[in-house]
Amino acid sequence: MLPLIFGVPIIQLVILVHAATLEMKSIDMYVVDNDLSTMSHKLLSKFEGSPFYNISGTSFSIDEANKAIEENKADFILNIPRGFERNLVSENECSVQLLIDGINGTTASLINAYSTSIIMDFNKNIIVDLTKMASIKNSSPINVETTFWYNPELNYKIYMLPGILVILVTIISMFLSAMNIVREKEIGTIEQLNVTPIRKYQFIIGKLVPFVIIALFELFFGLVIGKVFFNIPMVGSLPLLFAFTFVYLLVVLGIGLFISNISSTQQQVMFIAYFFMLVFILMSGIFTPTESMPMWAQRVNIINPFYYFMRVIRMILLKGSGFWDISKEFFSLLIYAAIMLSLSVWRYKKVE
Amino acid sequence: MQKQTENIIEVKDLVKRFGAFLANDNLTFEVKRGEIFGFLGANGAGKTTAIKILSGLSYPTSGLVNVAGFDVYKQRNKVKENIGYMSQKFSLYEDLTVKENIRFYGGIYGLSNKYIKQKTEDLLNRLKMTQIQNSLISSLPLGWKQKIAFSVAIFHNPKVVFLDEPTGGVDPITRRDFWEMIYEAADAGITVFVTTHYMDEAEYCDRVSIMDQGKIKALGTPTELKKLFKADNMDEVFLKIAR
Repeated sequence: MLPLIFGVPIIQLVILVHAATLEMKSIDMYVVDNDLSTMSHKLLSKFEGSPFYNISGTSFSIDEANKAIEENKADFILNIPRGFERNLVSENECSVQLLIDGINGTTASLINAYSTSIIMDFNKNIIVDLTKMASIKNSSPINVETTFWYNPELNYKIYMLPGILVILVTIISMFLSAMNIVREKEIGTIEQLNVTPIRKYQFIIGKLVPFVIIALFELFFGLVIGKVFFNIPMVGSLPLLFAFTFVYLLVVLGIGLFISNISSTQQQVMFIAYFFMLVFILMSGIFTPTESMPMWAQRVNIINPFYYFMRVIRMILLKGSGFWDISKEFFSLLIYAAIMLSLSVWRYKKVE
Repeated sequence: MQKQTENIIEVKDLVKRFGAFLANDNLTFEVKRGEIFGFLGANGAGKTTAIKILSGLSYPTSGLVNVAGFDVYKQRNKVKENIGYMSQKFSLYEDLTVKENIRFYGGIYGLSNKYIKQKTEDLLNRLKMTQIQNSLISSLPLGWKQKIAFSVAIFHNPKVVFLDEPTGGVDPITRRDFWEMIYEAADAGITVFVTTHYMDEAEYCDRVSIMDQGKIKALGTPTELKKLFKADNMDEVFLKIAR
């Protein structure tokens, strides 16, 4: 069991961090160029020069291009109509068409954003060129430069790894604790414990300690992997992170033990734990910012332990937040832990 | 010794109801200190329900239950310090070794490490299990497990030990060994409260009660009961009652 507890999450971490990235690496574009002019070639070379695109096919027929999309050979079509260059020069205006495979909304909007920015860029150069020709040198386009703090290259791995680590640590501790008491019920050893004078709180503490230790080791290994394989920054204080994790684990284990106490079979536990996990993970803000969720969802997040930890691990690791920056989350979880642990002590019945 | 005089278990008008079903219907009986008390009855007669109430695992609906001088309802933890229990479901940790199991339960009863170590050694010697002290429980045959489970149940020297069908599914030789252990415990002053449906085992008890449909139908020494029901053995007594 122990190799499983440590091995599986680490494999997951290495794989998921790569899989959960939102970066677009190779967008397959299909080109329909009916103009075949200098201008259209210039536009195309812009796309070719970008590391994100690779041209999967060219044709003069839009039908053939559509077929490529249907057969999944291309992600989008760049359609340059006849007269592109002529309109551009004579009327200063022309249009190209982007036809994007919208089957995956996120990908589609990313392709749209990337491609539009390339075309805008191209557009800007044209304006400069044309105005140069007219020898009017008043065009100095405003250049907006964006800098992202704490993650200057917008490296998704740096952003995702702490999030995935949170999920793995939580899953391990929640499932181990939730399965534990119910397993003793199924085997029958719980009855033997119940005839002993052991106190209820002693029982719960006894269940808590090993899982806290396992989960903290899990976090430690995850961070080592993050440093070695992904070189994630660790700006903040690691002892603070571990202290916060400790409080967080009390909450998660409290929930797990509570579920275990109210269930009588492992199937029930699986079902309940799975339900909460899925809802909590998706609402936690790992993929989408919680601020853009509807108000009710943000309120529900008050009881979502993931939500707190997801924020805090990123704050500490990437931003270097100190204790006072995370004190709100810290004390919220401390109260939450007290509630959950009291509930599981209360719900543990030695007598029927 | 005060044997056979002082009551260690006193039950008066014990009722346990599950909805409309009456599992224990006005049970009244006493068990004397140092006795081996057989608690017999067919499956579903209410034996396990009663034994769970006596050992503080379940609340009675009404009635008075006193075990080892303490009220089961009000002084449950006091009762628990003074009793041992072995359920029909097997209750040692399969993924711990023999020694670890003993240490674990000894620790729960608050015994000192030194005492546990010493007593474990004695115990393993007596059971002739020194060789397997570091084997996992899961690797042992059922009869051995039952012997260890019994030893664990009386490890903290309780005043009373409750055995719920301890010899179910065990071969005759091991059953004999097991009863040897029960006698040893009784000689050491531990009162033994045992349920069984092997009627030959009933003959080994000092006194037996026979339950049927939630009621105690007969109570006395095996000799008395055989005389009363004009039977040659306990088997016949049982059949006459539970027919």
